Amino acid sequence: MNAIEVRGVRKTYPRYSRRRQFATLKSALLSGRVLHDLRPEETFDALKGVSFDVAAGKTFGIIGRNGSGKSTMLKLIAGIGRPSEGAVAVKGRVSALIELGAGFHPEISGRENVYINGMMLGLTKREIGARFDEIVSFAELQEFIDAPVKTYSSGMYMRLGFAVAIHVDPDVLLVDEVLAVGDEAFTHKCLDKFSEFRRRGRTVLLVTHSLDLVTRFCDEALWLDAGLAKMQGDPKRVVDAYLMSVAGAENLALEADAQASASSTFPDAPADMTRAIEGRWGSREVEIDAVEFVGSGGEAAHVFTSGTPIEIRLRVRARRPVSDLVFGVGIFNADGVCCYGTNTDIEGATSGAMSGEGQVSFIIDRLDLVEGSYMVDVAAHRKDGAPYDYHRLLHTLRVVSPLKETGIFRPPHRWAFSANIRITGLER
Amino acid sequence: MIRRPAGLRLLAHLQQLFRYRALIHSLVARELKARYRGSVLGLFWSFVNPLLLLLVYSFVFTVVLPAAHPPDLQPFALFMFCGILPWTWFSSSLLEASNVLIAGGNLIRKVLFPAEVLPLVTVFAGLVHFCLGLPILAAFLIYYRVPLVAADLAWFPVIVLIQLLLTAGLALLVSALTVHFRDVRDLLSNVLTLWFFATPIIYALSQVPGPIRRFLNLNPFTHLAVAYQEVLFRGGPFVEWPRLLAVGAGSLAVFAFGYFVFDRLRDTFAEEV
Repeated sequence: MNAIEVRGVRKTYPRYSRRRQFATLKSALLSGRVLHDLRPEETFDALKGVSFDVAAGKTFGIIGRNGSGKSTMLKLIAGIGRPSEGAVAVKGRVSALIELGAGFHPEISGRENVYINGMMLGLTKREIGARFDEIVSFAELQEFIDAPVKTYSSGMYMRLGFAVAIHVDPDVLLVDEVLAVGDEAFTHKCLDKFSEFRRRGRTVLLVTHSLDLVTRFCDEALWLDAGLAKMQGDPKRVVDAYLMSVAGAENLALEADAQASASSTFPDAPADMTRAIEGRWGSREVEIDAVEFVGSGGEAAHVFTSGTPIEIRLRVRARRPVSDLVFGVGIFNADGVCCYGTNTDIEGATSGAMSGEGQVSFIIDRLDLVEGSYMVDVAAHRKDGAPYDYHRLLHTLRVVSPLKETGIFRPPHRWAFSANIRITGLER
Repeated sequence: MIRRPAGLRLLAHLQQLFRYRALIHSLVARELKARYRGSVLGLFWSFVNPLLLLLVYSFVFTVVLPAAHPPDLQPFALFMFCGILPWTWFSSSLLEASNVLIAGGNLIRKVLFPAEVLPLVTVFAGLVHFCLGLPILAAFLIYYRVPLVAADLAWFPVIVLIQLLLTAGLALLVSALTVHFRDVRDLLSNVLTLWFFATPIIYALSQVPGPIRRFLNLNPFTHLAVAYQEVLFRGGPFVEWPRLLAVGAGSLAVFAFGYFVFDRLRDTFAEEV
């Protein structure tokens, strides 16, 4: 049995032009277009025909980038607004945690607000009375419940809103990114409450950016992308596919960045090299025309998984033959800390010369860095340091890691334990 | 969600509204509490406000313009009060209703509940203020020994009910239209000023020259005001009841129309407020 059925749902929002925004009753009447103006021509589709089912008793996650239509979908399921096309059917009482405490009135006490909020969510006065103590103790507001809500901190406000909404005891609970309402302890309490819901066979629909939550809690996940259902199924698979796509998009963005910065030129070297910000300088007798990061697949990329190989590939061109040449590479983290720097001179090269065009590859067998963004310096210069072409912090790459270790360097390692210690489930 | 014919949908929504009566009740109570929270006199203001208004009008019409009213309507201030009290209910409810959906935008966008609750709460809150003004009126009626007829007083709840219907219908209409045309708010305050002077409240209908009286008779509130004055201020049998009932039928139509428009625009609120 399905608790939620969504069939071919399209939601069209008007996108008012400047003219419409300043249109008034007068202008509408004068031009005789009252009804016409109520039907704006410019529209955009937040949802473009989405269908899915949520089986009763399942916890269902919806993920997707900002603006993909997640929240719109949730509102339509909650019954706030109606789909422009298609149909939404929900079985049983629905409670939506969209904005907590949306109906609270600041001037009156928490107690009165609990009653009014509860009634708005569809409870009767008696039902609220029966659950009142539970609500208050869940929100941890026993001492403050008779104070006006305007004296509450934002955390208290949210907790009370959450407590009321969750005690409506709905058959279908809709949650929109509200778990960040309190401290750790309260978040755990909320998660416990969700688990309790699941045990009692209630349906939970979760819209969130917290992918971790989806893989841990959901039985099924839906990935919405630009108003379309991109993928539905096992949460781990959906989340992985989503992450791949995000990494791909990041690649594209960094690519565009790289192209923009490579074309910019900064003719003069800053006086103090250690404080140098990003830029490019040098005599250009040897020029670095292009910098690519190449992964194990042999394709240029900007996002790499920690521990995989990377090749920093430079396309270089000598405007005239040179006989004093050193190539250098440096990797900096987002804080500007140099993670590693080297050049051919440091590594013992006794001479360097080139003419015409060529390619230089700096190959790292294992990119053992922790997750984060890194900037790369590449340079061609004389032995005494005088630059031909110096790219300072111009090239960005991103390292992702399935583990969330801290630090900079991720040495290849393993754990070993004596026989009386049992630690299981370590990755690799 | 199944699409039903508009009429059936309307009835279903009215039925649903009835289930939300406890919410309306609580919201009216909240409205009254919140309004006076922090003031020294508190709910006492509901008594003091009409009293002060009465004083102002007494001053104007007995000291400044003593000749402006017919001599048979004494005390004239009390005569005016019979009309001002219901008018205040009417106009303040409509003015507040015009803003109520926009002010409650957060609720409309984030919580699923029947939005018509909000304009209706303003009307009922106005009704409570009106009722709190009645003891003042009664006290003065007794003080000036105005003869009250029990048979006439029986009409009083009928008049209130008809005004309730009319006000609620217009409040629904105005609140829904304001969402789409914010100008309604400004327009309304001016229309209400004109409406006030086009209603025999600070003058008697009998003072008005014939042709203009015909025009005033088109104004439904004329008949409500006259009915209040007849029942409360003037002794003698209440003879205007056929007109009152006609206004009652009209008010029912206004309510149905207002609710219909509100219901048609309902789905657009969440996007427009």
